[in-house]
Order: sequence, then C-alpha cells, then structure tokens
Amino acid sequence: MLQPVTEPQLAAFRLMLRARLLDDKFAALYRAGKIHGGVFLGRGQEALSVSVGLSLRKGDVFAPLIRDAAGRLAFGETILDAVRTYLGSSLGPMRGRDGNVHRGRPRDGLLPMISHLGAMISVVNGMLFAHRLKKISGTVGAACLGDGATSTGAFHEALNQAAVEKLPLLMVVADNQFAYSTPTSRQFACDELVDKAAGYGVGAHSVDATDLTACLKVVGTAAARARAGEGPQLIVAKLLRLCGHGEHDDASYIPPEMKNSTLGRDCLKVAEEYLLQQKWTDAATLATWRSEAIREIEDAVAQAQREPGPDPFAEKWNAIASEHLNETHPQ
Amino acid sequence: MSLTYLDAIREAQAHALRDDPRVFIYGQDVGDFGGAFKATKNLAKEFPGRVLDSPISEDAMVGLAVGAAIEGMRPIIEMQFADFSTVGFNQIVNQAATLFWRTGVSCPITVRLPFGGTSGGGPFHSQCIEAIYAHYPGVIVLTPATVEDAYSMLLEAVALDDPVVFCEHKFLYRHLKAEKLPSEALPIGKARIAREGRDLTVVTYSAMVHEALEAATELSGEGWEIEVVDLRSVKPLDTDTIMASVARTGKLLCVGEAWPWGGVTAEIIARVASEGYGLLDAAPQRLNAKDTPVPYHPNLWTAHRPTAVSVAEAARKILRQ
Repeated sequence: MLQPVTEPQLAAFRLMLRARLLDDKFAALYRAGKIHGGVFLGRGQEALSVSVGLSLRKGDVFAPLIRDAAGRLAFGETILDAVRTYLGSSLGPMRGRDGNVHRGRPRDGLLPMISHLGAMISVVNGMLFAHRLKKISGTVGAACLGDGATSTGAFHEALNQAAVEKLPLLMVVADNQFAYSTPTSRQFACDELVDKAAGYGVGAHSVDATDLTACLKVVGTAAARARAGEGPQLIVAKLLRLCGHGEHDDASYIPPEMKNSTLGRDCLKVAEEYLLQQKWTDAATLATWRSEAIREIEDAVAQAQREPGPDPFAEKWNAIASEHLNETHPQ
Repeated sequence: MSLTYLDAIREAQAHALRDDPRVFIYGQDVGDFGGAFKATKNLAKEFPGRVLDSPISEDAMVGLAVGAAIEGMRPIIEMQFADFSTVGFNQIVNQAATLFWRTGVSCPITVRLPFGGTSGGGPFHSQCIEAIYAHYPGVIVLTPATVEDAYSMLLEAVALDDPVVFCEHKFLYRHLKAEKLPSEALPIGKARIAREGRDLTVVTYSAMVHEALEAATELSGEGWEIEVVDLRSVKPLDTDTIMASVARTGKLLCVGEAWPWGGVTAEIIARVASEGYGLLDAAPQRLNAKDTPVPYHPNLWTAHRPTAVSVAEAARKILRQ
C-alpha cells in the first residue's frame, strides 16, 4: 500500500501524461484525415511546459507556443477547448475562425498566438503593464518560444521593453536544437542562448528540460523572482524535439546520435521512472491515470465530432467590433 | 484665441486622459519632452505616470498596446513618423486587427501616425501609407483634414472599440488654425462636402483637401463649379456621399498624396465605376504622387505630390471633355 504523497512531481506528471495522450490523439486524427490544417505536438517538451503552467496562478498571463499542451492544461485550458479548436467546432473558443494551436481565451489570461514568432511577448508585456496601471500587483506573465524565435526583432524589442519597464515577465525559450529544419548553428553564434540575458539586464536561468524535477525548480524559482519584483527572467531549457516540426514533417534532418544522446531522452519516461523509483506512485496508479485521461480525451473528441462546424451563411463576416462602421462589399 | 491642428491633437489627448482613466499615451519622446512635434506637450506633467517614453521599438510599442487593451485600457501610441510604423506593421495588421475577429475580444487602440510630406522631409519622413493599413480587415483608418476634425475624430477614435490608425498630416500641423474646438461633429464614417459645386466632383482627404479647395477657387474664376468631398475617414469609406455627389456632377476626379498603385483613389474609382457607371458623363480620373520615393529637395517635392495647380489642370482636362 502506497503512502499518500503530495510531491509536486506527481501532479505535474499527471498533466504531462494527459498532454502526451492528447497530442497522440491529435496525431492519430491527423493521419486519419480528420483534421484540417496542421498538427503541432509538444512531444519531449512536456516537463518544461508543465512547469511553466504550474508556476502561474489565476490572474497571471500565459502566451504558450505550439508545443505547450502540458502548460495549457496546467494553466487551466480544458481538453475540450483544444479538441474543439483542432476539429473546427463552432462551439470552441475560436469558432472555426482559427485552428489548432492558435487558440486561447484572452480574458482569462490565455493568449491565442499569432504565427509571427516573438510577437506575443510584447502583448504579455502590455497586459502586465496594464496590471501596473490598474494597481494590480503580484502577477506574472509567461511567454514561450523556441530557439528560432530568439532571432527575431520582436524578441529583442519585447525583452528589452520588459527590462526597461522591469515587468514580471518569464521568457521561456525551449532550445530544442532545430527551428523547423534549421540547426542552432545557423540560428545564433553565442555559446549559450542564456548568455543573452546579461545583455538585456534580466535574470538568467538554464535547465535540462528532460528532467521534470529540475524544470519545476528552475521555472518555479524564476517565477518567484519575477513575482517578487525582480524584473524579467530568461529561462533557456535544453531538449530535443521528439517529433517533426508538425505532423507533416518526418524530422529526417535530426541525426540519430543526437536522438540517442541524453538530450534526446523522453522527459515523460524519465519522470515516470523517477516517480516509481521514489515509490511516490506505482504502475497500477499510472495505468489508472492513463485510462482516465484516454477516456476524457475520447469523450471530448466524440462530443466535438458531433458538434456543428461554422456555417458560412450564418457567419458574421465582420472584422470590427464597431458594427456601424463595417463596410459591405458586393460579392 | 486661435488653435492649430497640432493644438487640437494635443487637446483631444488631454481631454481623453482627463475623462477616461483607461487612457494612456506611449511613444518615443512623448514624456517630459512632449513629443517630436510637441503633440503631447505638458501632458506627462498633467497626467503623471500616464504619458510614457518608449524605447525605439515600434513592434513592441504596438504589442504592448494590444496587451493593455485586452486588459481594458485605451492606449494611444504615437509613432514619431508614419514611415516608422512599418516596423510595427505586423503588430497592427496581424495582432491588433485580428484579435476581435478571432476571439471576440475587442482591441481599442489608437495608433497616431504623423504622415505626409513637408518640404525637406525626404523619403523616410514624408510617406502616406494609409492604404496599406486600410487594406487589412479589422482596422479603421482616419485622415482628418481640419482642426475641428483632428480634435473630434481623435476623441472618437479613442472611444471606438477597434484599432484605429489615425493619420494626422504634418503639413497641416501649424498651417491650419481654428477659433475654437468643436462641441459637435460629424461621426466617423461620414464624408463632408467641403465645397459645393455642379460641374465636377473632386474626392480627396487630408492635406489634399486644401489643395483641391484652392484649385476649386481658381476654377470658379473660369466659370467651373467644383464640388470637393473630404472623405475624413478612408476606412470605412463613405461611398454614399461620393455616389450622391457624382450623381449631381457626372464627373469624378480622385486626388491623393499617396503613391498611385492601388490605394484610396483606385478604390474610389473602382466603386464608382462598378456601382455608379451610369452616373458618369466622362471617364473617372485620379491624381496621385509620382511613383518614386518622396524627394527631399523642394523643387522635386512640389512636383512629386499633387498641388492646387496640378489638381486644377487635371480637373480642366475632365471638364473640357
């Protein structure tokens, strides 16, 4: 009989598992031709992502990127929101107007990413800046990126802006070795991405993203520092993407020796082995968690598949809120 | 007392800051310095903590405004020159302009663009880029031509629940004067008949309204009565007022300081040709700047953009048909 334990790794692992199973389902639906457009998975990034989500509270701001299913669940996004968006249900948060990873609920602090990398960071800054103007204190905002996004002008402008305003921003960079197919050697020339923190005057944190315990500790520390008023914190996490850029990509450019290195470890397996080794849980409990998550995901998919897609004849083709200023054009 | 177009912009911002605690101003040098053109003079002192210098980061300036708008604020962003707004273009057209449609959450930001040519401005301090913003769904684009409109339309822009690109003409900043600020105004989306006439409709906006009015005065000496329509807003475009004017005159000339390819003048001609073909007694024409970057030297600059002289000449060609 197991003793009840409340180690944070347990709750985190359970969310990682749900995210992995949700991603697996999306991959299966994609292969079955059930999803319009792309599918982007967080396989291998769950430990980092869940740590970001768990470091945030209600009232905080989260701008996830394409591999943050785990962080989204930890922040409070429902499986149904994710499934409805991927399947184009008109009842989902994006109502078929946008899809896949481009989903969110801005009023709840969850920002729906646009595709232009780095562009969400300054929006997080703006929300934190508004908190300051509204005299709301103690909140933080997290923006997630990959190594490729650090090459954009938007990244530079926004990190500098956050530093100048001393905003409680967590800039989380998942350095997964490839931006689509481009290796980091063609992306930046500094030794380590985290070295850039000094240039911006922000806190610097490095972590092995295959190690859940390390991720929870490092991200948690960074979030606490931001929350305490110490300004922006740059977190650079090293990992390998354990899938293609999207499900259309076979990732044949990733060398086998990299996959077989410690960098290529699967954070979910590493965490599972650790939890069992610590005797914080057992195989039967994990099997129950897995079947419960699968049931929840299958229910959500079954529900979303029965729901109507958007109706072009009922659609309000109106891009502005001021309806009286909407232009109509002959079709 | 006399007020300039620039005073009107400053007063509108003071008014908005005073009446609405959600309003703040963010831009380069807008704080204690009062802005490159002094459009925010003394506002940082009058409204502490609400008129803030930004780093030279147009992308992040607009991104910050979008985030603040999601949180219920009403930010005003000052671009130092419209030309530099292209650095923040992505955040305006892809972030701000898509937010409401994608999520149902409105994005009430006002981006002020000091635009248009002044002698000596050169290629990167003179551009008229209203059309590229108007091209994107989800943006309202305003081009006030008078002191009164500069004031009332800026106030209305801040109150609107949508992203507004507010194109304020630098040539008009100190040239135009009014006795007092208006207490009522035409709403955004309505064009104004700046001068009535029966022989030809000239549709234009911003600084070109004044060139068109001057041309109309000259042509009246030759016996022609020109109607001048001041669009006020280029998006939405008040097609009804344009069409009604063309119905009266049967002839159309569109004048814009922007470049000729595509744009506001092309849009108006397309609409009138397709929806009001039967109203026209002559082929509709347009007059724009030359298709080169805006030149620095006054000899070249005055020949590059339309002026009262070239508007009158273009009008005569149509009138003589």
